[in-house]
Amino acid sequence: MLFFSQLINGLQLGSIYALVALGYSMVYGIITLLNFAHGDVIMVGGYIALLVITSGVNPALAVLFSIVGCVILAVVIEKMAYKPLRSAPRISLLITAIGVSMLLQNLAQFFFTANARPFPTGAILPTSNIALFGGLQISVIALVTILVSVVSMLILTFLVHKTKVGKAMRAVSEDGGAAQLMGINVNNTISFTFAVGAALAGIGAILYCCRYPLVSPTMGSLLGLKAFVAAVLGGIGSIPGAMAGGFAIGLAEVLVTALGLSTWADGVVFAVLIIVLLLKPTGFMGRSIMEKV
Amino acid sequence: MKRIRIPLSASYVINLALMAAVLVFGNLIMSSGMVGRAQRSVILLVGIYMILAVSLNVATGYLGQLPLGHAGFMAVGGYAGAIFWKSGLLQQGPLMLVAGLLAAGLVAALFGVAIGIPALRLRGDYLAIITLGFGEIIRVAIINLPSITGGTPGLKNIPKYSTFVVVYACVMLSCIVIHMVMKSRHGRAILSIRENEIAAESCGINTTYYKVMAFALSAFFAGIAGALYAGNQGILVPSGFDFMMSINILVMVVLGGMGSMVGSLIAAAILTSLPLALQGFSDYRMILYSLLLIIVMVFKPSGLMGTYDFSMRRILGKVGTRILYGHKDEGGIAP
Repeated sequence: MLFFSQLINGLQLGSIYALVALGYSMVYGIITLLNFAHGDVIMVGGYIALLVITSGVNPALAVLFSIVGCVILAVVIEKMAYKPLRSAPRISLLITAIGVSMLLQNLAQFFFTANARPFPTGAILPTSNIALFGGLQISVIALVTILVSVVSMLILTFLVHKTKVGKAMRAVSEDGGAAQLMGINVNNTISFTFAVGAALAGIGAILYCCRYPLVSPTMGSLLGLKAFVAAVLGGIGSIPGAMAGGFAIGLAEVLVTALGLSTWADGVVFAVLIIVLLLKPTGFMGRSIMEKV
Repeated sequence: MKRIRIPLSASYVINLALMAAVLVFGNLIMSSGMVGRAQRSVILLVGIYMILAVSLNVATGYLGQLPLGHAGFMAVGGYAGAIFWKSGLLQQGPLMLVAGLLAAGLVAALFGVAIGIPALRLRGDYLAIITLGFGEIIRVAIINLPSITGGTPGLKNIPKYSTFVVVYACVMLSCIVIHMVMKSRHGRAILSIRENEIAAESCGINTTYYKVMAFALSAFFAGIAGALYAGNQGILVPSGFDFMMSINILVMVVLGGMGSMVGSLIAAAILTSLPLALQGFSDYRMILYSLLLIIVMVFKPSGLMGTYDFSMRRILGKVGTRILYGHKDEGGIAP
């Protein structure tokens, strides 16, 4: 009984991590950048949703606005900050991403103050429970979170493997130069990848705010860090890997908290990562790349 | 075309004299009452961040890896030094100070070896993530071991050993030691790993050994900086050593130019004193800081100084040539 509710809890958290992890994973796969700003894009998505709901518009629109806002923001960041650095050393790109992350956090702090604001969860999803067989219960929010993540991931898999633009994405991540020679518009493909990642981030923002109903300028940093760990754990660049990594991190965190060791939870997340990376250096489902001399 | 070349032994004397002069004059200014409390604390912090940046530069700039857990080593050193100083093993005094700093450095270096051996099996970004993980685990462990570390409220009443002379003597010593190591055979081995690991290995360089060595060297000085930090603040709280601290140090190294020691020093000085300089615009301060970071990276990705390194000997040689022979020293190989 308790185990079941903790399991659902972990799956709910894990599927949010998985959605966010996909954004990291795809961007890393295509330009090998640890996009530190991704977590803060989620924070902006949370604020957009909050503003839409409190302004009295139909709450269903909050989801749409949050997704569109995240997509526009991510594409603007990519064009302004990352594109000029295509041929620069990778670490400069990384520092730029950190700079963007700090900029977004401080802008949010400037406009919305550092105080966390409550998120009206009930406006988007009912906070009731659904009775399952055998007296088990599952909250609507948890159910919707898990379903939405699974469906998003199925759509994403279809997008990457069955469509033309997906083929372009795979080609660019395999070899950018060769893809360009084959007539693929590399810049547009990269922007599209950022946009897809940001759309998932927008969905993730709403789901995260429903679980932890507080919006604050720093909410994205730890979420982003853990989601990134999930992406690495599952094997960066792999869609089912990100999902597996997300669930593993979510379950591990909930389990440790349920055992009464909540102050160790963040440490355990990283310990799991270290152990997995040492045993299997490319994560659960990552491809290993042989270095040629 | 005649050129002046300063003999190596003379340049050692000149450099040491200059360093001693900086310490003496700095101490005079600091004790003359011309600098206020806030400035004094920033000046000491600048020195501490200089050591951190220069030490991270060993792993990032010279070894070519990307560790994101430097704050972890700093924390280990800080707590080790503070606990040693508080323990009263020795009489309070210069001996205690030096012993505490050495203890801090050695414990941090030990952690560097222990973390480095597994972490350095991985490459590139995976190494970054795993060091990030270790850094966070160190912080979580500090929070959860209150009997040793004071837990979340922090370790209090640390003796304030970090004076201007102590901090800047440590800055100079770390620069000298790192410079000497990098100019030695070991240093060339470390550089060769950065340039091409496979080629270095096939030239008979024990890459694992040198990677761990550079990592430990980097951790050693981070530990000393941590102890100086403890001796400056008088209190250590675990939240001060989070992921953002590691990032701040990395930003200094990259902004200054990777592999350039003088770049690290300048960037540490600028970025640490910037918040004080921008006090008038406190609302926009962090926004300006992050914008500055993005702009420098977009327009000068190799950092402010690139890989340029400062050499008093070279500059004196150029100036002397111009004065004595009246032509510009074009550099190149000595006649």
